[in-house]
Amino acid sequence: MLAFAVRRIAVSLPILLISTFIVFMLASLSGNPLSPLLTRNPPPPPESIALEAQRLRLDHPILERYWMWLTGLFRGDFGPSVQSNLDIGAETAGRFMVTMRLIAVAMILALVLAVVVGVISAVKQYSKTDYTATFLGFLFLAMPAFWLAILLKQAGIDFNNAVDEQVIYTIGDSSVPLPQGFGAQVADIAGHMVLPTISLALISYASWSRYQRSSMLEVMNSDYVRLARAKGLSRRRVMIKHALRNALIPLTTVTALDLASIISGAVLTESVFQWRGMGDLLLNAIRTDDVYVVMAWLLVTATVVIVFNLLADLLYAVLDPRIRYA
Amino acid sequence: MPDPLAPETPVTAPQAGPGTRAAADREFTVAERSQFQLVLRRFLQHRLAVGSLVVLVLLILLAYVGGALWKYGFGEFTPDKSDAPSLDHPFGTDAAGKDQFAQVLRGTQISLQIAVLVALFSTVVGTVWGAVAGYFGGLTDTILMRISDLVLTLPLLAVAAMLAHNFGGSWWLISVVIAGLYWAYVSRVARGVVLSLREKEFIEAAKALGASDARIIFRHLVPNALGSIIVNATVLVAIAILLETSLSYLGFGVRPPDTSLGILVSEAQTALTTRPWLFYFPGLFIILIALTINFVGDGLRDALDPQQTKVRA
Repeated sequence: MLAFAVRRIAVSLPILLISTFIVFMLASLSGNPLSPLLTRNPPPPPESIALEAQRLRLDHPILERYWMWLTGLFRGDFGPSVQSNLDIGAETAGRFMVTMRLIAVAMILALVLAVVVGVISAVKQYSKTDYTATFLGFLFLAMPAFWLAILLKQAGIDFNNAVDEQVIYTIGDSSVPLPQGFGAQVADIAGHMVLPTISLALISYASWSRYQRSSMLEVMNSDYVRLARAKGLSRRRVMIKHALRNALIPLTTVTALDLASIISGAVLTESVFQWRGMGDLLLNAIRTDDVYVVMAWLLVTATVVIVFNLLADLLYAVLDPRIRYA
Repeated sequence: MPDPLAPETPVTAPQAGPGTRAAADREFTVAERSQFQLVLRRFLQHRLAVGSLVVLVLLILLAYVGGALWKYGFGEFTPDKSDAPSLDHPFGTDAAGKDQFAQVLRGTQISLQIAVLVALFSTVVGTVWGAVAGYFGGLTDTILMRISDLVLTLPLLAVAAMLAHNFGGSWWLISVVIAGLYWAYVSRVARGVVLSLREKEFIEAAKALGASDARIIFRHLVPNALGSIIVNATVLVAIAILLETSLSYLGFGVRPPDTSLGILVSEAQTALTTRPWLFYFPGLFIILIALTINFVGDGLRDALDPQQTKVRA
């Protein structure tokens, strides 16, 4: 198992390397980070432009810039930002925590919902419940993430207005300044998470519950489930202990594969709820052609995706003892 | 997937030839149905898919014909500012006095155009890419598929936003950017289908008869893989619409003065309590387009699946 994990990570590294190379080229070639300086009126002195170009390593050829960035990583240097006083490493680390708590809670919520709804739909196939769940699933699949988020945000504002008190937070990832005391801080952050988490979870839940339904149906029609029933085990016990366990396997893969699209969804959700997370970091970096910030974002999200895929593979072995990684 | 035994059946021609001869020989005749007729029959049995197709066609007609005939243009300022929906302005007007109905129709046109272009471009490129990789195998397969794997690892939203920010603005450039990232998904599907088809007898027969590689790929493999690829393309259309509206919402997509459904939602998000019509109608159109396309794709999947037995065709 350990050898397998090491091998998987070893395979992932070149992919990560080439992927950063492509994005670096795209980001460096597609925009000019100096353009706000060049279009400023009155124009700044050429020396300060040259100085800024030097600071952003623009005086080096592009391949050399990539090499400088890559080797800098080992020294904990993420490269210069367009904002001269920004420490990209520290900034990314802080924002990573903000985004991860959104993604982690939303995924857990979505998984629980998907498994419950998927299993109920499968057990009661072609019932009214099943049709309703199917229709809702399709509806959420067709719904843009930001539209649902805006709708929820408005519902929160309306609720606050109705009770004439700030009960649900609709803006930001936490209050500024944070309230005193650990308990109050946790409550504040949790309060800010409610709406963004729900809107992010609903988008992923839709396709996952479809997967869960079809894999559950497949397992329910298999011989070993019929055998377990024939032996006289109760329907409930067979469904939960025998069928569900195997029906969870496809979902783990899908969850890991969907992580990239959840990160995209989080970018939109953060934008709607004005969170200062990774999404906000990325969008600002793209707007200002801040190449090294885009690279930091890519590095972090790509690593998360790789780790999650690895975890999914390892979970496979836990869920299905027949799978062995020699 | 179409029946491999009849790969060359013309899709629309009525099967008159064998039928008339058989009539003389046999007491009763059974009209032979072409592959296309079978699929069509199965599809028509799928009520939700047919209903969705009707709604989708109506939406397309409304966007293009209705948009051309409607009394207000999408960029036109009317004297009515922030009007609630009325007979004169079915979807109301915004603060600048623009008619929202005209705007939504324009946005729908742009969204549909982008989606269709993305689907066409990425389906054609992805199918050829995957078919060539799957058919030749070996080194060709390895090189082509590693390239498409690389495209798959790129974070879609980030790269699309980056490219669209610097090169975008017009609807067709946005389509090229999205399609440039999506063809890789199609190439995987196409390769998978071709890999299984390659081993079938009719391909062996074609090879034995001396058909060239290009002929085998385009005359035998691609048409037979078309079923799965079409289903995939419908899913792609729905995803492309959602991605385009997301990009436009974030400000990286289509740019004003032109408009798209994403821009309309983005502009309306602060006006949700005061002028809700500005927010709901464009969102409703996005959902309606994506939903109906998904249902049509679902119906097509069922219709093209030779194993399905629910409907006797």
